[in-house]
Amino acid sequence: MGNNILEVDKLQTAFKTDKGEVISVEEVTFQLEPGETIGIVGESGCGKSVTSLSIMRLLGTHGFIKKGSVKLNGKDLTKISEADMRKVRGNEISMIFQEPMTSLNPVFTIGNQMVELIRLHMDYNAKEAKNYAVEMLQKVGIPRAEVIIDEYPHALSGGMRQRVMIAMALSCKPKLLIADEPTTALDVTIQAQILELMKSLKKESNTSIMMITHDLGVIAEMADKVIVMYAGQVVEEADVFTLFDEPKHPYTKGLIDSIPHLEYDSDEKLYSIPGSVPTLQQMPKGCRFHTRCPYAMEKCIAERPPHVAVAGNSEHKVRCWLYDEADSKTSTHTSGSEVNV
Amino acid sequence: MSMITLPEKDGIFGKLTDPLLEIKNLKKYYPIKKGVLSKTVGHVKAVDGLDFSIYPGETISLVGESGCGKSTTGRAIVKLDPPTDGSVLFEGKDMADLSKGELRKIRTQMQIIFQDPYSSLNPRKRIGDLLAEPLLAHRLASKEEVNKKVDKMLETVGLTKFHKGRYPHEFSGGQRQRIGIARALMLNPKLIVCDEPVSALDVSIQAQVLNLLKDLQKEFNLTYLFIAHGLGAVKYISDRIAVMYLGKIVELGKTGDIFTRPKHPYTQALLSAYPIPNPHLRDRERIVVEGDVPSPANPPKGCRFHTRCPFAASVCREKEPVLSGDSHTVACHFPLS
Amino acid sequence: MLQYIIRRILIAIPVLFGVTVFNFVIINMAPGNPVDMYLNPDATEADAEAKKEALGLNDPIYVQYFRWLSNLLHGDFGFSYTTYEPVLDLILTRVGPTLLLMGAALLIAYIIAIPIGILSATRQYSWIDYLTTTFSFLGVSIPSFFLGLGAIYVFALVLGILPTGGMFTLGSDGGFMDTLIHLLMPAVILGTGIAGSTVRYVRSSMLEVLGQDYLRTARAKGLKEFIVTNKHALKNALIPIITIIGMEIPVLIGGAVVTEQIFQWPGLGQLTIQSISSRDYPTLMAINFLAAFAVLFSNLLTDILYSVVDPRIKYS
Repeated sequence: MGNNILEVDKLQTAFKTDKGEVISVEEVTFQLEPGETIGIVGESGCGKSVTSLSIMRLLGTHGFIKKGSVKLNGKDLTKISEADMRKVRGNEISMIFQEPMTSLNPVFTIGNQMVELIRLHMDYNAKEAKNYAVEMLQKVGIPRAEVIIDEYPHALSGGMRQRVMIAMALSCKPKLLIADEPTTALDVTIQAQILELMKSLKKESNTSIMMITHDLGVIAEMADKVIVMYAGQVVEEADVFTLFDEPKHPYTKGLIDSIPHLEYDSDEKLYSIPGSVPTLQQMPKGCRFHTRCPYAMEKCIAERPPHVAVAGNSEHKVRCWLYDEADSKTSTHTSGSEVNV
Repeated sequence: MSMITLPEKDGIFGKLTDPLLEIKNLKKYYPIKKGVLSKTVGHVKAVDGLDFSIYPGETISLVGESGCGKSTTGRAIVKLDPPTDGSVLFEGKDMADLSKGELRKIRTQMQIIFQDPYSSLNPRKRIGDLLAEPLLAHRLASKEEVNKKVDKMLETVGLTKFHKGRYPHEFSGGQRQRIGIARALMLNPKLIVCDEPVSALDVSIQAQVLNLLKDLQKEFNLTYLFIAHGLGAVKYISDRIAVMYLGKIVELGKTGDIFTRPKHPYTQALLSAYPIPNPHLRDRERIVVEGDVPSPANPPKGCRFHTRCPFAASVCREKEPVLSGDSHTVACHFPLS
Repeated sequence: MLQYIIRRILIAIPVLFGVTVFNFVIINMAPGNPVDMYLNPDATEADAEAKKEALGLNDPIYVQYFRWLSNLLHGDFGFSYTTYEPVLDLILTRVGPTLLLMGAALLIAYIIAIPIGILSATRQYSWIDYLTTTFSFLGVSIPSFFLGLGAIYVFALVLGILPTGGMFTLGSDGGFMDTLIHLLMPAVILGTGIAGSTVRYVRSSMLEVLGQDYLRTARAKGLKEFIVTNKHALKNALIPIITIIGMEIPVLIGGAVVTEQIFQWPGLGQLTIQSISSRDYPTLMAINFLAAFAVLFSNLLTDILYSVVDPRIKYS
């Protein structure tokens, strides 16, 4: 608790639209320690990307953090000035995005774009910065880095471009790397390369990673702990082994069950979560998942469940009426409202 | 699983049924033009000699990464992008030999579902009109009959007839894909080419659409050519799998065999690279293939995979291996055992 | 690249050829003929005939055309029917003023349009945006002759601070400042007209670029918004603007015709109008040829510029 690098507390983010204010992230709370990888998993529209953009304060002109705090080593990022935030971006927190093909400016060389960042936050002259950039490219496994540094992005493949993005992101030795679906647009063998690269770089520099993805396989490969988001809320939080071995929230379970598994035979029908994510106009007042939940009770329709710890494991939290608040306070498993599913 | 257990070319099961579709030496080249007079100086060999058969009632998948030619193959088969060479035989008849009228009829027997549900539906047409169009174009039914068929089809894919009057943008990705499937089914085809039908959808919706495809296969006795790069979906839905690399099939066999006893190093690398949603297996031994896929304009000599293969030997650099084997074929000089 | 240029030149030659044929036919189809324009009213039929014969106007049209063409290939543009000067000399004296006017107008246009276009795009839907789109709409709709005449009235007649027209004050030696004062109004009128449409192009090009992922990357690096807009976005947004400039150059030759007439600016535009009304075929043919050449050349230049500015484009 004491040495958390990142503490997000009850973060709420909204957007101003012509139809009024839209709350994209309802409430997100989590902590991250140095060297830890947290995976944020959820499907489109759940708010995982907006969460990361909120941390970076890159919400554009229409987005704003309505409530909550984001503390980086104790410093609340929601309260500092834009000028101070710019010192944080690319420097203490770096971010890489989903589409490597479009994330680099096509009319500037790789070197130009990397040196720009290096000289912005670090005290190097042009020559030193360029040499350092070449070193970083070599570190991420780009062959002939001294030649590539003067190339334009279109000369590189998607996998190579993502490596460049990673090199750039890690240049200023950030404490936290946010990776928003970094491998979704890549081929599976290239994805494996990139994930291996990220794992080895993390080991070397003890950077914390926030990995945002919809792919539970990537989560299983990379994350130490996981939060599952649905419709703007965190619905489950646990370390990765617990999440996959003992998922509690029906949505988590549904997600895990609806993935066709490679490692065992599945001749039976694939489980699929019925229905789809409710639109903002149709967002239920009680539990947001109840319209698709096989275990929905009356309470779920009326009241919103709080995000509380599961009995016996304070690190495993669930937002679900199946797991009563009372359970988290008792130490026995005899409570009637916990259902084994 | 499908009803018919699959006879291979000269397999143990003999000739239980004849293939629905036979692809022989299929090639699709795109010319590269250079010079003052735009001379053709070379070709991008997207598909470079494909041989396989599709049997009635089965689901065969083409799997591979970008640039392997799987989408091009699918489109070449339904003649969206006619092949440069080779032949496609539908129920024994070479499609190149057919008259225009006969070809038109066969076209109704082969349909295609596309990947991007957001761009494959005409945004200016209502769903009802979109679905009616194939029937009206081929003049297969009167207007009243068409209406009834459209209603029924919408229900079959899990929508309702009240959706008929709406436009595509009013539907979600998963629903649009259902509409795409409905459109493919309107002509009662025998074969449907599914070109990455679930790649653009969320995980939970993928499962819904895959289940729908499976149900429809049973109900309408369909044959699927499933093109995808998501191995999980492929495993769930396929009877047989063909692994493609740089325009060629490197391995072809039953789903179970491919996943449990892959013979080609590329297949093995592909399976190894796939992230498994089970953290206990995260430290398993992985075969991480280095480098990028070579350009299809200039494929490597000999075996196309030799530049990235951990087991490449000198013969691999010189001689191109051919697909061989009985029910589980592989193109490799040193197939894994 | 060289191959590409050669290919373009090879294609341009038949196009140029075709244009001259077309022009020749059109010009000769116009009613009236040069002889009628220049002859003394007392001249007889026989004189008219003799004149026609001398000018070669009785020959079949294709003979006249080939005569013109073979002269052209020898660098001889013929003689003006009105002034008897060699057409080439005539044109050369006029080209300078037109280029000066064009250059100044383009400069003014882009100095206005680019910053305003950027501002308009980055503050989309704000009052600045609405203001600029309104003004650009006005700039496009109000004809230049109207604006020109209005400007002459206000600045030359009412306020008396600018001359009414011409390129230099009559009777003076001319000089740099004198030319500049005379250049001011026509260049501004022409320039603001162009700026009207250019602002919209800059704005829409900028808007398209503003939605791109690489700007998000730039912000995530901690760059100031000013740098994001004016370094990262602008360079990309200017690429399509090059096409616009390329398209604008030939248009300017035509647009300058009206402005030159209003302001009596001694350029090619004025010469064109004079030649049309006096049926001065050789001059007209030469001007049209020059215009066609200018269009083809500026197209080629634009395409080459593209490949210089956008590293993704390589011609072979």
